[in-house]
Amino acid sequence: MTDGPPDSGLSSPDALSAFLRRRSEQIAQRWADLPLFQAVFTVTRDEAVEASHAVVASLADVAAGGRLDDLEAAGFLPVRRQLIAMSGSRSRSGLSLAQVDREFGALRDAVLDMLPLDQAGQDERGGDDLRLPLATLFGTLRVVVVETMLQENQEVVLRQRQQLLEMTTPVIKLWDRLVAVPLIGMLDSARSQVVMENLLEAIVEHNATVAILDITGVPTVDSLVAQHLMKTVASARLMGAECVISGIRPAIAQTIVQLGLDLGHVTTRATLADALEWAMDQRGRRDRDPRPLG
Amino acid sequence: MTSVPERAEAVRLPIRGDGDLTAVRHQVRALARELGFGLVQQTKIVTAASELARNTLLHGGGGEVEVVRLEGPSGPGLRVSFTDSGPGIPDVERALQDGFSTANGLGMGLGGAKRLVQEFGIEQAPGGGARVTIASWAVSRPAGFGA
Ligand SMILES: Nc1ncnc2c1ncn2[C@@H]1O[C@H](COP(=O)(O)OP(=O)(O)OP(=O)(O)O)[C@@H](O)[C@H]1O
Ligand SMILES: [Mg+2]
Repeated sequence: MTDGPPDSGLSSPDALSAFLRRRSEQIAQRWADLPLFQAVFTVTRDEAVEASHAVVASLADVAAGGRLDDLEAAGFLPVRRQLIAMSGSRSRSGLSLAQVDREFGALRDAVLDMLPLDQAGQDERGGDDLRLPLATLFGTLRVVVVETMLQENQEVVLRQRQQLLEMTTPVIKLWDRLVAVPLIGMLDSARSQVVMENLLEAIVEHNATVAILDITGVPTVDSLVAQHLMKTVASARLMGAECVISGIRPAIAQTIVQLGLDLGHVTTRATLADALEWAMDQRGRRDRDPRPLG
Repeated sequence: MTSVPERAEAVRLPIRGDGDLTAVRHQVRALARELGFGLVQQTKIVTAASELARNTLLHGGGGEVEVVRLEGPSGPGLRVSFTDSGPGIPDVERALQDGFSTANGLGMGLGGAKRLVQEFGIEQAPGGGARVTIASWAVSRPAGFGA
């Protein structure tokens, strides 16, 4: 410290921040080829480079803040979501927490390698001075990443519990020959298959003539969900049960219309109560004429 | 760096599998809500995003989404871009036609998404794939604007 150039006048964090900013492009170019960025940003290399730039800028901001070991540094905020997305993507592709952590560790090594390079042409403080703050700063980054991953894992567990709930789509027998399925969560292809099978089984088991599909708990009805719903209605009809879809909220109704979907052939009702009324009416009619289809 | 303010909050998510579609919907809904979108507006942009994310996966073989908050003259907005490295969309007009599908779908996704948002664009991605971008604003434009 004592024999550093007197004109530099920079504290270690400031010098580190300056170094990161000056070398941002080279660092980003190196990082873009590391598995961590390469495997996540697969569309173009430019995007990996851009994402790398964001992380470098963030680290430079943290360093400029003066506290290299500050886990709560505001500088991390802009890249927080990106870090979550990156670490999440890596762990989804099968990497353990420790392995992801190691990949973030590799970011530091790529920068450390550049230190002597930087000093060759630049008039600045001795290389050993930046080595330690650099290690501290990247250590902080790793802790931040691991902490967010642990937090995310907790959320994943919650989400999985929710999904499990969704997978167990119960078909409820509401009345004689009347069944209902309260759908909760997103109706993707896998789930809609489960729903369809459960419903058809229940129709046979209860000799149902009317089925209510309640979508109050379905967050989004896009064209695929609509297609699944229509297929389910058509299959139920083949089994001799008429379906009514209930729980179509106003926002969903408007969206369906603007999307251009035609549910014209499907009976729909706003609320479960309305659907129930329709169903009882329908059931009564069927009872008077037990074979309306044949 | 954060020299362009609207990009400071850009969130990028990969679209590689069905599970990622859920993440895209959640991300768009959370941000729309945060920006003060009404329930109908939220539902519209989330549904449009759901269609486009599925196209990215299905027709583009996977890719990425970028969700960006915008600051417009009349309030905050939300821009969502989907980029893939698939074959691209050479005949945009045809792809937008209701009922046109090369994948046995309803063919309502692209045209429907366009109707659900205020701004819509299709371009060629740097790698030759498709880039579809949508944007909506929390406060609807005054009636007659741009009509
Ligand atoms: N990202 C993309 N890359 C390449 N082609 C695309 C892409 N997105 C859409 N297309 C083309 O445009 C067509 C229409 O898309 P659209 O989303 O409207 O219908 P779809 O996906 O086939 O069915 P669905 O109604 O289930 O969405 C697709 O069938 C496909 O040929
Ligand atoms: Mg589609």
